[in-house]
Amino acid sequence: MNAHQTLPADDAKPAYNYAYLDEQTKRMIRRALLKAVAVPGYQVPFGSREMPLARGWGTGGIQVTAAIIGPDDTLKVIDQGADDTTNAVSIRRFFERTADARTTEATEEATIIQTRHRIPEAPLKAGQIMVYQVPTPEPLRRLEPREAETRKMHAWAEYGLMQVKLYENIARFGEVTTTYDYPVMVNGRYVMAPSPIPKFDNPKMHMSPALQLFGAGREKRIYALPPHTSVKSLDFDDHPFRVQSWNEPCGLCGATDSYLDEVITDDKGGRMFVCSDSHHCETRREAGHRGAMLADASALHLVEEVKP
Amino acid sequence: MQTKNLIAAGFADPVFQSQAAFRTVLAALSEPGTVQTVSAAILPPDGLCAATATTLLTLADYETPIFLPQQLRDGPAGAWLRFHCGVAILDTPAGAAFAVIDGASAAPPLAAFDPGHDQFPDRSATVLVQCAALTGGESMTLSGPGIAGSRSIAPQGLRPGFWAEVAANAELYPLGVDLILSCGDALIGLPRTTQIEETA
Repeated sequence: MNAHQTLPADDAKPAYNYAYLDEQTKRMIRRALLKAVAVPGYQVPFGSREMPLARGWGTGGIQVTAAIIGPDDTLKVIDQGADDTTNAVSIRRFFERTADARTTEATEEATIIQTRHRIPEAPLKAGQIMVYQVPTPEPLRRLEPREAETRKMHAWAEYGLMQVKLYENIARFGEVTTTYDYPVMVNGRYVMAPSPIPKFDNPKMHMSPALQLFGAGREKRIYALPPHTSVKSLDFDDHPFRVQSWNEPCGLCGATDSYLDEVITDDKGGRMFVCSDSHHCETRREAGHRGAMLADASALHLVEEVKP
Repeated sequence: MQTKNLIAAGFADPVFQSQAAFRTVLAALSEPGTVQTVSAAILPPDGLCAATATTLLTLADYETPIFLPQQLRDGPAGAWLRFHCGVAILDTPAGAAFAVIDGASAAPPLAAFDPGHDQFPDRSATVLVQCAALTGGESMTLSGPGIAGSRSIAPQGLRPGFWAEVAANAELYPLGVDLILSCGDALIGLPRTTQIEETA
């Protein structure tokens, strides 16, 4: 008998199907995923199910992961780059419990990486699958609230409104002020919301060797980027797309090329910048990289300092 | 008792076998032109190769009508799919979510299948084309999403003019049908995004 068919003992956990979803639901999601891969950037409607956590907490990403995960997979879950935040910990535990999933914090060991709002700093490899949790899959929603209209705009590739929005930004502020969920053009055809990743991560999507899947549970949409697909951030010839940069390196590991979070350290204006990707920062510290504030943080037992 | 009319078994372990098969098909369609292999754990009915049968068993159900050519429809393949997937079997290509065709037979043309709607390009058919072999035929060069640079395939036993139909299908992008070429336990995905030309 296989694990998913075993009858529960009296004191056992409820007998869920493997990976929580029933097989009919998985088939429906799998068909949507295949069509999403065939039309990169197009949002495929799917019958989003009620999950044992609230909409908006990653139910789309969880349903996508549940439909693809198998016994050979190793799962990594990150929330804003960190492996140890609430959303990441509870989703990891969900799959450990319902799918007996092997989990990891190491980007290079993972076969499936479910993420909320970041792409890991370590380059993705062929064979890995990124699963994004998406709150608002429709990039045009803020510009046109009616679904019937946005659907036509995508059907006829009428994306002038989006360019006007970016233009108005430049006219008013001198630059595009969108810093996350920065719209991208996929395979020269569909404008797509990359989920609220910082625009710093947009270039990592372009021609990525990994398969990227997006699930929006509340909005009931699935979309995808096959590997080696062109993903261009929208811009103008005289205002080319630029990513964020920082004046100082990571306070813990000294990295100058990663996405940094600002952390307030006291009520006297003290602050520090640290890598948002916790695994990347730890790996660098283990390799002997030391940031200016590592000793202080270590003295307060906020991080473990690796003594050489 | 007549044993020849009995319906053969499907998956012994539906949850894990369909998960593994889905990942194979997902890999095939996300990396067009790569030859992917399903684990040949099932004995397919007459007329379907293992890759075709496994793919349909994984993806088809009462929501997805399947088109089968006459010969398969009336044979053990039709009965097997009706029993295991609970699908409606159609006798015309229009309205089919999945279709199985013989690569060598002249009809139906790919253009007969549903290419989707401009507002819903996902509502298109997925056509499984059973070939004589996936290697050793005329070499074609593929490019497009899922392919770094270009990739070559050389399936055998396809009707004359088949590649022109595939190229015309790709012209419809973002509409168009998605193809899965299958033979034995191997399959090649050819989604509508893939550009195809004869290898120079």
